[in-house]
Amino acid sequence: MKIIVCIKQVPEGLDVKVDPVTKRIIREGVKSIINPYDLYAIEEGIRLKERFGGEVWIISMGPLQAESAIREAIAMGADYGVLLSDKKFAGSDTLATSYILSLGIKKIGNFDIIICGRETLDGSTGQVGPGIAVHLGIPYICYVSKIIDISENKIICKRLMEDYYETIKTDLPVLITVVKEINEPRIPSLKNMLRAKKIEIPIWKAEDLNGNEEFFGQDGSPTKVIDVWTQIIKKEGRQIEGEPEKLADEIINELKKIGVI
Amino acid sequence: MAIKVIYEKCTLCGLCVNECPFGAIEIKEGKIVINEKCTLCGLCVKVCVSEALIKEEKEKREEKVKEYKGIWFFAETKDDRIASISFEMLNASKKLKRKLNQEICGVVFGKNIKDKVSSLIKKGAEKIYLIEDEIFCNFNEEVYSEALSYLIKKYKPNIVIAGATMMGRSFIPSVAVKVKTGLTADCTDVDIDENTGLLIQTRPTFGGNLMAKIICEKHRPQMATIRPKIFEAAKDEENIKGEIIEEKINFEIKNRFEICEREKVANVVDLQEAEIIVSGGRGLKEGKNFEIIKELADLLNGAVGASRAAVDSGWIGYPHQVGQTGKTVKPKIYIACGISGAIQHLAGMQTSDYIIAINKDPDAPIFKVANLGVVGDIFEVLPILIKKLKEIKGGG
Repeated sequence: MKIIVCIKQVPEGLDVKVDPVTKRIIREGVKSIINPYDLYAIEEGIRLKERFGGEVWIISMGPLQAESAIREAIAMGADYGVLLSDKKFAGSDTLATSYILSLGIKKIGNFDIIICGRETLDGSTGQVGPGIAVHLGIPYICYVSKIIDISENKIICKRLMEDYYETIKTDLPVLITVVKEINEPRIPSLKNMLRAKKIEIPIWKAEDLNGNEEFFGQDGSPTKVIDVWTQIIKKEGRQIEGEPEKLADEIINELKKIGVI
Repeated sequence: MAIKVIYEKCTLCGLCVNECPFGAIEIKEGKIVINEKCTLCGLCVKVCVSEALIKEEKEKREEKVKEYKGIWFFAETKDDRIASISFEMLNASKKLKRKLNQEICGVVFGKNIKDKVSSLIKKGAEKIYLIEDEIFCNFNEEVYSEALSYLIKKYKPNIVIAGATMMGRSFIPSVAVKVKTGLTADCTDVDIDENTGLLIQTRPTFGGNLMAKIICEKHRPQMATIRPKIFEAAKDEENIKGEIIEEKINFEIKNRFEICEREKVANVVDLQEAEIIVSGGRGLKEGKNFEIIKELADLLNGAVGASRAAVDSGWIGYPHQVGQTGKTVKPKIYIACGISGAIQHLAGMQTSDYIIAINKDPDAPIFKVANLGVVGDIFEVLPILIKKLKEIKGGG
């Protein structure tokens, strides 16, 4: 089974600063990590390999430094990695990003399952996974919480919607996006860490992808960000202490004021 | 943009069919047909010896933009009724219409739902595109996105909005890719720029710490998903004039999905629709203490939430988790009990209208976002609170 996991390197934490002039996010001095949701995707890929045999590929699009995220994924147990990196990809929105990733995936070729995290920590759109599936013309399932079985070119998995779980069967190849509930990501083993350090990660540029460059990067992105600003959420709150009885009364008074009781 | 076939020149040699890496070119009924897999890569244009294929020029896009008219909202259905999010989307459409005088149209998919759509018309929808079919009984991304893409291609709306619910967030992205336009996820506001008439889409990123305004200038429709509970539900209108346009799917929708089983999650009301959420965290100490949280939530007709620590300890299921790796909620009242307020949790609830936090530690970060911070032991405060609420209820 050929498993491809899409990952993104994101700045750690949610505390971001914006350059007031250029409106760009200040990334200097901020540690980069694998998008937390993608850890579940990587883990699930490795578990599928352990269950059904095969190989796990990691693909990412980003600046050259994103290579370190791919190495971390290989340290967890993935087999190969590839980075899509080119100035021409810069400024891609979700449409362009999903197009570029789909080209990279086609170049890897012959896959059975593509796994993505539910969304990223920074953008949180959840749009790239479904976008890749459409570009590839394959079915996709969001919010998968369990892969029940894969056999005879079919996958059965369980997914979580707002207030129900459902078990769905569809054809391979398929793309799934996974939620936290699906597994617990492993700690890299020493052996795999050594392998990850040495392995060569090819970098594919725009001309390697056999696509239409018109749809790459800023030019290929219908959406444009026209303004960004940091929002400080601070409530005009008050803090109370005292006897439990008094505290409970205060809460009830507030609830009455708001009109819920 | 598109690849255009000049049929008079085409000799049906099939070179382009073989050349296309996407399987986007077929010969159907003696004609070259380019399907939705086309990425406009242009390889077919290069390979064609009869000059029968041309790529339509870029400049035409601006003219095309003007062809697109109307403010559309996708109306979700749930258990054979129109879901509450749909009325919020209708209200958002009404806001847009005040600055951009275009028709408000709702799109409804379902089965035996026709008599319910009048409620949307009563509240201001001017047109409803309705497709009733067995195939919509169970939601799946492929069928819903095929059907909505079909309607968009047919009627060319200027704006399409949908709720950023799990349904909206899972199928709208593929609609945007199929119709090749931009999509902004999870908006917390939409408005019309009075000078350009463009849709201004405001959305949070980085868990709400960074806000962005986004436009989609040259592609249509302009698409956005909007978070639940941002817009109030639309109210009844006095002068109603709405019509229902029944559409049929007269093409075969690929449905590669089979729903084997569906199980309701016990005891979770939809967190994103709940007006009141009572959440428990590590301070509860053990799973059985979640009963107190449930009791309080029941008394307030609210839903039960949880911090990641509580979910990871196995005290309550993942569907209840609020925060970065769980759900983002925005209820009227959020009551955090024994939750210290890690930034990942705050990211999922800090935009709630009113936050009450109960925690023993006066320096807990949760108090930074709380409107009312109660420094106290939940095991002391909550039982008294529950008792008093019962008295009020019993007395009323």
